[in-house]
Formats: sequence, structure tokens, C-alpha cells
Amino acid sequence: MAQSTAAPNPTPVTQAITPLPLRSVAPWAVFVGILMLVLLYFVGAEQGAVSALSGEGVHEWVHDARHLLGFPCH
Amino acid sequence: MNSTVVRALLVRGMLAGLGAGTAALIFAYLVGEGPVDAAIAFESAGAHHEAGGEELVSRSVQSTAGLATGMLVFGVAVGGIAALAFCFALGRIGRFGPRATAALTALAAFLTVYLVPMLKYPASPPAVGNPDTIGDRTVLFFLMIALSVLLATLAVLLGRRLAPSWGNWNASVAAGGAFVAAVTLAMVVLPSGDNVPRGFPATDLWEFRLASIGIQAVLWTVFGLLLGYLAERVLEPRAAESRASALTA
Repeated sequence: MAQSTAAPNPTPVTQAITPLPLRSVAPWAVFVGILMLVLLYFVGAEQGAVSALSGEGVHEWVHDARHLLGFPCH
Repeated sequence: MNSTVVRALLVRGMLAGLGAGTAALIFAYLVGEGPVDAAIAFESAGAHHEAGGEELVSRSVQSTAGLATGMLVFGVAVGGIAALAFCFALGRIGRFGPRATAALTALAAFLTVYLVPMLKYPASPPAVGNPDTIGDRTVLFFLMIALSVLLATLAVLLGRRLAPSWGNWNASVAAGGAFVAAVTLAMVVLPSGDNVPRGFPATDLWEFRLASIGIQAVLWTVFGLLLGYLAERVLEPRAAESRASALTA
């Protein structure tokens, strides 16, 4: 903090931002995107209309969040 | 090089999602649990299906640890997906810096993934919704989200196509109007999903739905602001630094 006070007049960078190339976004979008969708499935839909696991445990555990976030619950 | 930037932004998106999920959890615990309890009381008074059976997870766990699990996992997951959308939008939607792009990404996500679909298929408390129709309601709910996101994407493409000849303002108004018209048509055509049992208190339903809107609004606002702050430090460290030193000087 103390060192940066000596910095020259703060001029915000206003130049246009170069887009990130799609080739570098795509692999992350595929792998992490799918992983995140699986997480959303377990919070939002597992043991509702379809069940990957038997029983009601997941459904009952996230019950309140599922209702309040707007997912159809039961 | 660019791949490391994407990874850095993705990690920050998930962190911002965790922070947003925490804020949403606090809001949900304070504002949302009351209407949920009221709905469960109505359900037990009617004493049909679930009330008689043995409780798998107690109410006190559902409203604390269960609620926290759902909110935090939801926050991290949508944070990761929204960070990927942010990486794509950056530099492609006009001359916006990282903070404005993050705010716009969060606003677009709130509108297209939550608010527009919920106008047709609103969040419903326990006791509202027939268990026999859960399959149909789930399909329609996700269909409405997919439609809303698809139509919004088409509207943005339309706006970009029109902008050079119509100017930014007129092109944005036309694209927004086209989105509203298309969404309205979809809502008129799709079947109604409401299934409120007779005698369910209207006030409780309203408070529950208002709480649901509030939770998502808190989540996406905190997410957009946090992601913008964190992303600027990755993408424009000098601009972030000069802003910080201007604050502390």
C-alpha cells in the first residue's frame, strides 16, 4: 500500500479489451461446464422427476434450497 | 498463455459464486424459511401423502445444513458456468471493461435463467404442485430456461447485426423488443404449470415467491460485483492497482 502511493497519476486503461480466443475457452467450457451441470442436477433435479440414486436422501437434504431457488420439487 | 487466463477467471468465478451463494444463504435463511415453514404447516394440516411418513431429514437440518449445501453448491456451479460466459463475452459485446462485462453477464444470467422463466413457471413452496405431474413440470421448467437463453442469444445477435446501420440505441431497442415479443409468444403457447391446492394462503404463496426472487437477485448481484472485482485484477492489474491506491491515498 505504502509503495504504491508513489505511482504516477492513475490513468485508467481505456483501450478495448482483446477477446479471449475461443480455442482457449472451449476446453474449459466442455470439461468444467459439464461438471458444473452435474452439480446443478444434484441440487435441482435428482430424485425429483428422475433418479440416478435410489431413495429420497439427496432430495430431502437439499429440499429447502431446491424450493427457494425455483426448481420444481415434488 | 490464454488458457491460464481462462483458468484464472474460472477459479475466480467459482470463488465469486461461493461468496454469492453465502449471501443468498443468509437471505434465504432470514427471509425464505418462514414461508417454507408456513407451507409445510398447511401441508401437515391437510395431512396427505408426506406428512404421515417417517422424516428422512429433519426440518431443523433441512433449514440449516441442507439449505446451506444447496445454496453454496448452486452458487459455485452457476459461478463456474457464468465465468465461462464472461470469458466468451469479454471484448465481444462492445467496449466494456472487465467490471462492466461481469455486471452485464450477471444481469443477463439473472434475467434469462431465472426471472423470465419464473414468470411462466414460478417457484412453488411445499404443498403446491401435484407429485404426479413432477415429470411434466420439470421438463417444462427446463424447456422454458433453454428457450429464454436461446431467444436472448438470438436477440443479441440481431442487435449486433442491426447496430452498424441503425445505431447502438435503436438496434438495442429493436433487439429487446424482439426478445420480449418472442418470449411472450412462447409463454402463451406453453401449457400452464400452476397447481395451487384449494385453500392455500395467497399471502404465503406471494411471500414465498418474493423471497425466491430476492434470493436470486442477491446471488446474481453479489456474483457480478465480486467477479468484476476479481477479474479486473487478473486482466488489468494496473487499472485495479491505481484504483486501489486512489482509495487508500
